[in-house]
Amino acid sequence: MTDQVTNVIIAGLGGQGVLTAADILAEAAFRAGREVKKGELHGMSQRGGSVTSDVRFGVRVFSPMVTAGEADYLVVLAAEQVANNRIWLKAGGTLIAPETVDESVLPDKRTLNVALLGVLSVYLDLGVTLWQDAIRGHQAPRFHEANLQSFDLGRAAGRRARGA
Amino acid sequence: MAKEERLFLSGNEAVALAARRAGVALGAGYPGTPSTEILERFSDLGGCAQWSPNEKVAFEVALGAAFGGARAVVTMKHVGLNVAADPFFTAAYTGVSGALVVVSADDPGLASSQNEQDNRRYAVAAGVPMLEPADSQDAFDYFLAAIELSERWGLPVLLRMTTRVCHSKTVVWPRAAPSPPGVPHFERDIVGRVMIPKYARLAHRRLRRKLAEIAAWNETSPVNNLLAGDQALGLISSGIAFMHAREAAPQAAMLKLGLTYPLPLEQIRRFVAGVDRCLVIEEGEPYLVDALRAAGITVEGKPDVFRFDELNVSRVRKIMAGDVAPEAAAPAERPPQLCPGCPHRAVFETLSKLQCIVAGDIGCYTLGVLPPFEALDTCVCMGASIGVGLGLRHVLPAAQARRVVSVIGDSTFVHSGLTGLVEMIYNPPATGHVLVILDNNTTAMTGLQEHPGTGRTLDHRPTGRVVFEDVARALGLNRVFVVDPLADRAAFEKLIVEGLAAGEPSVVIVRRPCLLIAEKHRERQQAATERSGTE
Ligand SMILES: Cc1ncc(C[n+]2csc(CCOP(=O)(O)OP(=O)(O)O)c2C)c(N)n1
Ligand code: SF4
Repeated sequence: MTDQVTNVIIAGLGGQGVLTAADILAEAAFRAGREVKKGELHGMSQRGGSVTSDVRFGVRVFSPMVTAGEADYLVVLAAEQVANNRIWLKAGGTLIAPETVDESVLPDKRTLNVALLGVLSVYLDLGVTLWQDAIRGHQAPRFHEANLQSFDLGRAAGRRARGA
Repeated sequence: MAKEERLFLSGNEAVALAARRAGVALGAGYPGTPSTEILERFSDLGGCAQWSPNEKVAFEVALGAAFGGARAVVTMKHVGLNVAADPFFTAAYTGVSGALVVVSADDPGLASSQNEQDNRRYAVAAGVPMLEPADSQDAFDYFLAAIELSERWGLPVLLRMTTRVCHSKTVVWPRAAPSPPGVPHFERDIVGRVMIPKYARLAHRRLRRKLAEIAAWNETSPVNNLLAGDQALGLISSGIAFMHAREAAPQAAMLKLGLTYPLPLEQIRRFVAGVDRCLVIEEGEPYLVDALRAAGITVEGKPDVFRFDELNVSRVRKIMAGDVAPEAAAPAERPPQLCPGCPHRAVFETLSKLQCIVAGDIGCYTLGVLPPFEALDTCVCMGASIGVGLGLRHVLPAAQARRVVSVIGDSTFVHSGLTGLVEMIYNPPATGHVLVILDNNTTAMTGLQEHPGTGRTLDHRPTGRVVFEDVARALGLNRVFVVDPLADRAAFEKLIVEGLAAGEPSVVIVRRPCLLIAEKHRERQQAATERSGTE
């Protein structure tokens, strides 16, 4: 049923790891046995332009693209990209903005993408080990530790945000 | 039986995997978004893949392999098929002995292209059967179907993909590959393969007979799917548009077309007769609508505003509702920019300062059109910078003509600038000309692919290298210079000033690696050192 589809948009700027974050989320959902589709536009993304990626999962998914105004979650990696991407979010949808996590406590600033996935993970029913496996699958071994640590920090921040 | 695999692949990755499983002996192509990853993945999977100088050469190499009885694939973006159109049309006449799959990756919505041409029209124009996958599963299955069709009818087959099919990842259950490929060997067939008028007349008729047979086969072929539903509304669709339509109207009866040339007209006629209202949901040009109406089948098409840009679920809803109200603007995007420190920057700053009229070309350096440079005056298609610059020089008043410069990237120069260089020598403008070749040692725009000027193969092994200054001098040019504008900006400016004043053709080769390829090379070097250290 289409109404069981979870729609996520990940947005940011080229070089911030938007596409990697989308890959990790999609992989976690895939490993959980869901029907998944991941869409993205990449072409000029290396040159610092805006990048968004769509991840949709559920029982039955057709289009790989999230419809404007129908995203359940909007994860944004760059503060300046929040306003223009709001149109994706449905009424009552959850915005996960970059300031949800305190960048200064991350082991490496480049892991902000994974930290924000940590926040998102609090809202989704995908097992933590699936997330961890997906993170390892999409990062070079020497970055595993920093990313897994950032993911945990993101989860903690997510629990605080959700509780608040 | 082996355990069934469940994979999560992009359409491009699915094509690469299918090609590998089908025993494709050779994959050739030229990079171009959104097609580039097919050959890269095919190579990673152990397939034999190569970048050719351009799509025409790649097509001919793959055609030769298929004449030799092998299974071959050639990949390109939509505009690449314009470059390869010459062999494409006549290969439909000659046919092939093995299999030839031509992958065209179209870009409706212009995510990264200079136009949004719809290559389904090419299938009709050339008489080449065409399959249109809607997701990665289709991409895998249809590639194998294309191999089977190609071998059964001895014709090239067009696998027409689009950006969203190429780059979206979806779940794939790989199916068993068709029978193993035959052993390549040469069999003489002069009448079939040598297209002099006498033999081509026969070939044209043979092609039409084959297409009639394929059309008949397509009436019951497994690649078109009928989905039962409410007969109040029937939808006919293909490619990614099918996915949007299925989501927008899950209750509707649907005919999903996989082999969209030649069309299964009788099956479509029956479908249309069985529903109260029949709407065609297609992205881009009204190809299906026109073809069905020409066959006397009454269907509704989309309002003309939906001819532009890609479709999505909300646009399909609007098509169904006949809603042509102005659409909400897409979210504001920050445009891409030349990387800080990119060697192209120094070039455009100088050309802008000297108030040059710049005939530009396609690559990262096309971004020289944006502020703060605004230093590009034309950009049409790959290689056009040279011809367009020369044409301007021929007709402009001398004072303006002397300011005209052609700027072309290294990969683009090899792709289609060599013949322009010959033109510059053969038909030099009275005021001379200045050709700037931006040699950054890579095809940066499409994601850092090798090309003949880098002297490395698709998988980064050393091979023969085309040295631009040697080529220009060997062709008879006297004024050929190599310069690094980051090391010596003043020297670069001086070369341009002197070139503009010279009154004879000059070539200025700007040699400085792209920042990203320089970093890649360092990483590869380091990985190689680490490997040899552990052995
Ligand atoms: C016929 C055709 N094939 C492929 C492309 C895709 N494409 C655009 S620019 C380009 C090459 C860019 O490389 P280069 O000229 O070296 O410039 P750079 O990006 O490195 O600055 C390619 C492959 C195209 N636009 N047209
Ligand atoms: S990728 Fe390379 S060529 Fe392209 S803008 Fe960046 S540095 Fe310049």
